[in-house]
Amino acid sequence: MALTARPPSELAGFEWEYVPAPEAREIVKIAPRNGLYIGGRFLAPHSGKHFKTLNPATEEPLAEIAEADAVDVGRAVTAAGDAFRSWSRLEPAKRARYIFRISRLLQERARELAVLETLDGGKPIKESRDVDMPLAAAHFFYYAGWADKLEWAFPNRTPRPLGVAGQVIPWNFPLLMLAWKIAPALAAGNTVVLKPAETTSLSALLFAEICEQADLPPGVVNIVTGAGQTGSLVVSHPEVRKVAFTGSTEVGKLIQRSLAGTGKHLTLELGGKAANIVFEDAPLDQAVEGIVNGIYFNQGHVCCAGSRLLVQESIQEPLLEKLKLRLGTLRLGDPLDKNTDVGAINSRQQLEKIQGLVESGIAEGAEIYQPECRLPERGYWFPPTLFTGVSQSHRIAREEIFGPVLSVLSFRTPEEAVEKANNTPYGLSAGIWTDKGSRILWMTQRMRAGVVWANTYNRFDPSSPFGGYKESGFGREGGLHGLLPYVELN
Amino acid sequence: MATALSLSHLGSLMRGVRSVDQVGVEERVAGLAKRSIKKASKLAALDLAIRCIDLTTLEGADTPGKVAALCSKAIRPQPGDDSIPSVAAVCVYPALVPTAVAHLQGSGVKVASVATAFPSGQTFTSIKIAETREAVIAGADEIDMVIDRGAFLSGDYQKVYDEIQEVKEAAGRSHLKVILETGELGTYDSVRRASILAMAAGADFIKTSTGKVTPAATLPVSLVMMEAIRDFHRETGRVVGFKPAGGIRASKTAIQYLVVLYETLGRPWMTPDLFRIGASSLLNDILMQIAKERTGVYQSGDYFTID
Repeated sequence: MALTARPPSELAGFEWEYVPAPEAREIVKIAPRNGLYIGGRFLAPHSGKHFKTLNPATEEPLAEIAEADAVDVGRAVTAAGDAFRSWSRLEPAKRARYIFRISRLLQERARELAVLETLDGGKPIKESRDVDMPLAAAHFFYYAGWADKLEWAFPNRTPRPLGVAGQVIPWNFPLLMLAWKIAPALAAGNTVVLKPAETTSLSALLFAEICEQADLPPGVVNIVTGAGQTGSLVVSHPEVRKVAFTGSTEVGKLIQRSLAGTGKHLTLELGGKAANIVFEDAPLDQAVEGIVNGIYFNQGHVCCAGSRLLVQESIQEPLLEKLKLRLGTLRLGDPLDKNTDVGAINSRQQLEKIQGLVESGIAEGAEIYQPECRLPERGYWFPPTLFTGVSQSHRIAREEIFGPVLSVLSFRTPEEAVEKANNTPYGLSAGIWTDKGSRILWMTQRMRAGVVWANTYNRFDPSSPFGGYKESGFGREGGLHGLLPYVELN
Repeated sequence: MATALSLSHLGSLMRGVRSVDQVGVEERVAGLAKRSIKKASKLAALDLAIRCIDLTTLEGADTPGKVAALCSKAIRPQPGDDSIPSVAAVCVYPALVPTAVAHLQGSGVKVASVATAFPSGQTFTSIKIAETREAVIAGADEIDMVIDRGAFLSGDYQKVYDEIQEVKEAAGRSHLKVILETGELGTYDSVRRASILAMAAGADFIKTSTGKVTPAATLPVSLVMMEAIRDFHRETGRVVGFKPAGGIRASKTAIQYLVVLYETLGRPWMTPDLFRIGASSLLNDILMQIAKERTGVYQSGDYFTID
């Protein structure tokens, strides 16, 4: 009985340190200088130019990446165009076989790819190991299954491939976004020219090696590296029939403008400012996990991140108390450590953007909370952050921060929750936390968001379509819907 | 507050206990179970795990001889190696409490006795009270009681509540651990409800299982109970301990429990005062793992005593 009278702070307890448990870096070999993958060969860039890719956790240079110019992009598109003639006519079951083979190779080399992704991008190894790699392989596996069943995918229509797809992907899920783009394109019989983001090219180049290993016919997949300029060359090349872009809304608008009148097919998957809505009857401890997973997963570098927490006023206090407590247990540090929960910010540029928006939040009068957290001396880091007292008119409630920063707003009734959640130029995703099934359905009917998660967050499956409303883009990736942008229906 | 509540009030209070999302709980523990605990952190965890063990024997075939042997093991788990600490307690049936008391005298190892018609709890309240009293008189420092799951599942929360209170009173200065037998409760919602009920009625510890029902302790159930402990502390200021029991045989599993404990309730609960593991074969596996960490090689089972 004597025990129970003491507050826990006075109890002895035991401070447990987890010693570093890093994944072996040696498992992956990184070439000091990399070429472009065009027509089944690794070529030096015509431009003769290379740029450095860094490990954002240490700022140490990892390798040199080729910068593709107009001649290189032209070569890649030509190679893809040549390959299209035979690839699109290949017996569909044989096409499927290649894609299945890629899927298996991704699984076989998953550990290597996970380490590479973490080194180059800064995300925790537990995420690249348990989320990015399994999902990327699953995507190829899923679309391989469709390759010889396209007539069943679109009953009473004749689906035909479009030709060369020009694809530009972001740096937050490099290999996974590559899988989202390449798998449906190949399954439908297209060939691709893909440009990875300039800060995270390495996994795409390792993927090119996997295409070789899978004996994929030359030119079916081409990887051109470089910055925004290279991307714009890819999407504007006249022989490209289909453009798929995942990235910022700003660049998405530029692409859409530049493609107007060209007759090219276009899908855009852009930014988001998702509302994660917690009702008073929600299972609170699990909602806290969902909130954490929604915004601190991958340092918040997630287009569908639950960056606005809408919490019903009656439970705001206990929920925030639990959330703050939980933030204190997040382990920030070496992304290669298997126990790391929050890794490094992808680039200096992104870090500065986050810092700028956080400063605006403070200046506009929101209250900032950050758990005690020691940031490593070198590299790009930002602690898990939350803002309370945020109103709809604050920049941190409207603009996509793309970092580990949560804005907390409150609501009183379901109507108000819907109104606030939809009051954004974006519409990619949303989360609803309640014990009441009927309310989930009522809410989803009213949410203007492409994906609505109920009592969970950031769950993905290759068979489930993903995409946005409004300024979050158009077109869907994943599932049957994800095949549609890569075929013409006659 | 407790005695003033009538049956209907307690019932609605219990139904008002916040719900638990099964998928979320299981996902969270799956993540925590992947923590990589190596080298110094592993040794520190194994040392704590030994100090938290309630070394248990609960068989019909238990004899004074068997209990005596278990007591020696509890005091000195690895003969000749003073760096290995004693366990927290020895847990036996009430009739064997005098034997355990005699053998543990002055060792610092506590005597825990199961009571209240363990494991089913299906007898008259008066007998449960009497059994508890006898065990305390015989020298039990701790009483591990079972709740009346029949009453709980039929919605008679008042009966469960009153019985815990009465047993608590009968236990006097002995510590009361309340076994929920989560394997029979069916849902995490019920586990949470039973946890709150037991703590409100005066439990010093809440414990998952008797070890006689499958499933016994699991990580998700433990997380739900720890979260209830955390919420109860926040609401009332009372600190309640946690004891998973049954099915924890491997060091690796014990470490996973410590990880969930550490990242849910935190440092204050990382002590035998507030955390116990009910186990029997776990101890030797821990000793084997410690030897392996220290020497780099596994040793034959013959180097660890079987009691």
